[in-house]
Amino acid sequence: MSEPNEAAASLSVASSPHITTPVTCTHIMLWVVAALAPAMIWAMVSMGWPAIRVFGLCIGSALGTEAAWNAIAKKPQTLLDGSALVTGILLAMCMPPMLPWWMAVVSGFIAIALGKMVFGGLGWNLFNPALVGRAFVLMSWAGVLSKLPDKGWFRTLDIPAAGGLDAISGATRLAVAATDRAASGGYGFVLSAQYQPLLWRNLEGSLGEVSAALLILGGLVLLAKGIIDWRIPAGYIGAMGLLSWAFGSDPIFNVLAGGVLLGAFFMATDYVSSPMTKNGKLLYGIGCGVFNAVGRFYGPAPESTTFAILFMNGLAPLLDKLFVPRTFGWVKRHEE
Amino acid sequence: MSKAAFKGGVHPPEHKEATASSPIERGPVPGRLVVPMSQHLGAACIPQVAVGDSVRRGEIVGSVDAAVSAPVHSPVDGEVTAIASSLTTGGGHATCVVITPLAEQDFDAFVPVPEGDVRARVGSAGIVGLGGAAFPSAVKLSPPKGVVVHTVILNGCECEPYLTCDHRLMVESPGRVLAGARIIAETVGAKRVVIGVEENKPDAIAALDSLAGDGVEVRSLVTRYPQGAEKQLIWAFLRTEVPHGKLPAAIGALVHNVATAAAIADAVELRKPLMERVVTVTGRVARPGNYRVLLGTLVSDLIEFAGGFSGDVGRVVAGGPMTGLALADLDVPISKGTSGIVVFGPDEIAPLVQGDQPCIRCGRCVAGCPMSLQPFAIATHANRRDWITAETLHPIDCIECGVCAYSCPTRRPLLQLIRLAKSAVMAKGAAL
Repeated sequence: MSEPNEAAASLSVASSPHITTPVTCTHIMLWVVAALAPAMIWAMVSMGWPAIRVFGLCIGSALGTEAAWNAIAKKPQTLLDGSALVTGILLAMCMPPMLPWWMAVVSGFIAIALGKMVFGGLGWNLFNPALVGRAFVLMSWAGVLSKLPDKGWFRTLDIPAAGGLDAISGATRLAVAATDRAASGGYGFVLSAQYQPLLWRNLEGSLGEVSAALLILGGLVLLAKGIIDWRIPAGYIGAMGLLSWAFGSDPIFNVLAGGVLLGAFFMATDYVSSPMTKNGKLLYGIGCGVFNAVGRFYGPAPESTTFAILFMNGLAPLLDKLFVPRTFGWVKRHEE
Repeated sequence: MSKAAFKGGVHPPEHKEATASSPIERGPVPGRLVVPMSQHLGAACIPQVAVGDSVRRGEIVGSVDAAVSAPVHSPVDGEVTAIASSLTTGGGHATCVVITPLAEQDFDAFVPVPEGDVRARVGSAGIVGLGGAAFPSAVKLSPPKGVVVHTVILNGCECEPYLTCDHRLMVESPGRVLAGARIIAETVGAKRVVIGVEENKPDAIAALDSLAGDGVEVRSLVTRYPQGAEKQLIWAFLRTEVPHGKLPAAIGALVHNVATAAAIADAVELRKPLMERVVTVTGRVARPGNYRVLLGTLVSDLIEFAGGFSGDVGRVVAGGPMTGLALADLDVPISKGTSGIVVFGPDEIAPLVQGDQPCIRCGRCVAGCPMSLQPFAIATHANRRDWITAETLHPIDCIECGVCAYSCPTRRPLLQLIRLAKSAVMAKGAAL
């Protein structure tokens, strides 16, 4: 105990408010990591070493690029904000397990360097960094991401065939569905035979497509913790389901398959690249769903999640301008 | 009973348990009282006494002939020992009348204010808004000509964390609060009286409800900061927004704090001037409590009376943690608007931010802003000193509740930057 006047010499003075929420940027990012963890761990367990390898390379490359950039630019280190870790994990989750090691490293570098740091670091980037990394690989080495090839420098992997598809040399479920559509003139409307593997153990796709159920679980955790707003995933999944149905396909299959759930819960909800107002978020979510569906059914490649979200990222600042909330009290002239 | 609420806000940890059940007790009679001549919004008073004068409790020691002001009374029987400039809780200086109290004090006795109508008594009793704004109450009781006030709202929210002075007053003296409510309503001709209390104070709601009778509604509100902000409170009950740049009277509403209402009742019924107020002293003090403090008591004397500090001290705040003022010096007097003294440990206060922090666009400030502003954007423009763009985002409408800065996960000093924009925009307006 000290006398009041003795202590006065060391009193800290600042303007109000004098207290802050315990929630920091790092907390938020670690919750996102925690929400991704079940799907991530299950992918490693199900796919084994190749999945662990891709996760390790993507995360390591993302963290390393950010640390190196800050060191070269003589800026304070920012790894502890957790955002590079999230980018690394998300990037790996939209890559196939057989990704060549150097492609993983390049994608991590592109994601952080071109996706984030050139804009000025966290908060200033227009596009989702992980999707920038994925888009780069998608465009540079077309076909790698939606196929699981079996020759050349792609090492084969002992994955047991699942769902009646040939996992080793086959294409992803979406690619197969697209081929079927081309052959038969349309998707079979009900693809319920696919629900179970998509929900629990789907080995024909990216690391983030192994279990839709675990992605939904993670999304619900983020919603329950108030970290993401329901409007983006609801708009996204709603629009995707509705349009799939309108295009004559099974809406449930189309939501469960491909990157829709990962995109709706974890990619499109990225704070930095999405709108900030309620209405803006809803419209943005719907936009993601619409472009994803249109791309999937009418685009050149079946996987259109990446470009749907990147496109809406570009529109996010516009949506923010469109939906500036009306300031409280700025009402039409009151009747006197 | 339905629960009303406003849009937005946050719910910080309340920290009210230390004092919520501590009955109001009399504070210290210190060796000297430093009574500021400016304890209110409006013109400062001019001392009406000289050094060496003996003064009686309730006697006017300062007043001024101005439309917006409030006279200051001696809280004790004593002798004027100095008239000097002193630091105040706001960080500025004010002329103060220094009074040395006599050894014997009779707190039941006082010099009554002159006879007169309600407004005259409230005016000469020096009543000001006790919620913190310290606006002279007599002025608020005189709405402009042609304005019809249909609803009087009493603010018993006490939404600031830590503070419990209004809570205890409502529990212990509900009759005084209700008497004040009726006087205010009668004076302005309002038909409806609503007393709003946050639901975290069920004993206060019950105490008021048991005596309310006809014509007074006691309503519980969702516990969420800043529920007690004037415009938000009005919206919660009337679902009408006070238009930009207008007073609540423009939509027929008048808001007074519950403690102000009780003081108005005392002024009108007992002709008692405002000489003391209830102050919550809490945080890292040995004996936290709600004390009836003589105006002019130094914060240092009050903290000593509350047992002194009980641990490392980082910051002492006059008022609540969301809107209060950090004190650089504890030898400053308690004034009419001081609702609390909160002592924080170094680990309990918001860290001082070094350098620019990035906005991660999480939207928490937008979702929380009770005025539907975009704090992140105003702050960004303020950082660039771009006042023209900042002005289009209405910083003037900011009520400075602090929700944005409280909720920012990267700890951007949002409110501080908005204040900067506000003053720049106001200065620009004044220059035109």
